Amino acid sequence: MNTPTRIAAIALAFTMLVAPAAAQSLSGTLKKIKETGSITVGYRESSIPFSYLDDKERPIGYAMDLCMKIVDAVKSELKMPKLKVQLQPVTSSNRIPLMQNGTIDLECGSTTNSVERQKQVSFGPTYFVINVTAAVKKSSGINTLADLNGKTISTTSGTTSVPLIKKYEKTKNVEVKEIYGKDHAESFLLVADDRAAAFVMDDILLAGQIANARNPSAYKIIPESLRQEPYSMMLRKNDPQFKALVDTTIGAVMKSGEIERIYAKWFTSPIPPRGINLNFPMTPAIREAFAHPNDKGV
Amino acid sequence: MNLGIFLEQVPDGDASWWRMLASGLEWTLAVAALAWIVAFALGSAIGVARTTDRRWLARASDAYVQIFRNVPLIVQFFVWFFVVPGVAQPVKRWVVSLDPLTFQVITAVVCLGLFTAARIAEQVRAGIQSLPRGQRHAGLALGLTQVQAYRHVLLPMAYRIIIPPLTSELMNLIKNTAVAYSIGLTELFFRTREMGEMTFRYFEAFGAATVVYVAIAFAANRAMALIERKTAVPGYIGGAR
Repeated sequence: MNTPTRIAAIALAFTMLVAPAAAQSLSGTLKKIKETGSITVGYRESSIPFSYLDDKERPIGYAMDLCMKIVDAVKSELKMPKLKVQLQPVTSSNRIPLMQNGTIDLECGSTTNSVERQKQVSFGPTYFVINVTAAVKKSSGINTLADLNGKTISTTSGTTSVPLIKKYEKTKNVEVKEIYGKDHAESFLLVADDRAAAFVMDDILLAGQIANARNPSAYKIIPESLRQEPYSMMLRKNDPQFKALVDTTIGAVMKSGEIERIYAKWFTSPIPPRGINLNFPMTPAIREAFAHPNDKGV
Repeated sequence: MNLGIFLEQVPDGDASWWRMLASGLEWTLAVAALAWIVAFALGSAIGVARTTDRRWLARASDAYVQIFRNVPLIVQFFVWFFVVPGVAQPVKRWVVSLDPLTFQVITAVVCLGLFTAARIAEQVRAGIQSLPRGQRHAGLALGLTQVQAYRHVLLPMAYRIIIPPLTSELMNLIKNTAVAYSIGLTELFFRTREMGEMTFRYFEAFGAATVVYVAIAFAANRAMALIERKTAVPGYIGGAR
């Protein structure tokens, strides 16, 4: 063994000693970000107001604001102020595969945190809670879900609202006639046209339809719930380091009350691109999620 | 692929998935059959009108064919289901008084019937015009009225000639019923989509729908081929093979 080889061998042995220590300090997503010098954030193109494109084709929204807090935390944690942030559009059908194969590191949209999905991915703290309920005309005299007995209701085909209504009918002995729209706009049109008495869907989506209606003040959302679903940002599974960073960062935003300002910006103020105000103040369930940050799924 | 999914219960429903698809198929067949009656009757009348020597009648029926053939079917569904009741108050009062399902079926039958009628009208016209002009003149020279000439001379041959394109039209009509999903009619395609969305078993759901659509279109094709053979006049098209 000549001298250069010996030096190389010693160097190699030294590296091997050091390497495990470095791996312990950084793992999973954070390690990947450090190595590649970039983080990829997945966004939705039309999940208003969570994650969508503005008139300049830039992704914006409530979830994007929260995710940018995480990106900032990653920058300071890794001491990489020039970290490159890549934005990748995702859809409801490809978001989980893209997370699993490493294309995206963080997904910021309107993803329900479900127990079923937790088998494949992990979630940050709940940042929104939707209620499946009904939108009606104020003039209809309908105030509770039970008042829908004998009425015609509209809903969008292919959504989870359909089995929920069926279940409600069975357990509450209520009988309704269903009529299906092929998208949310059509289902809402049926109510606007008095063809259906109510539109049953996620409350925030109902608020979006009402805000876009010709006369938003003519409608109201019934304060009851067929089911609650928590929304959260999605991360890779089994990545405790990154998960801890996400939980701490978002937890701090919620505890400090900064969340109030971010919430107000997207849900009770005019939002781009058309300056529509969703007028959707915090529900008790959302307030509860902010007071006690958690990642419980349904 | 796991065919067991068809035996599984629909969430919060009383039936299994194959029963749901079967109930969708019933609506598909019912709507197709009713729409075919409308389309055949109206299409024949308009096709004949386009070949008469009454100018205004030919013009009006020409306009009908152009309008209904040139507007996409899904747009026509939207117009019949949303726009027509929205514009006319008496229609709306009547619509609201009906069961939603009844109005969906009426809309689908009317919409598909009128759309397909425009296409059948073209074929009836082509069939009549393909006959030698002498046949009409001979009929009239024998003292037949216009109506009699059509009834006894022109139409019997014209219909026989256009059986192959009518077969295509019938098969198209059956497949076009799938567009009725857009007004929420729970026909076969609606049920297929529903099954896909709720079970995430798109492959099985759409695989089954494909097989069923092919089977009914093929059955329609065979039925029309049988009619063609039975009605063939020896020595003319389709006869004496």
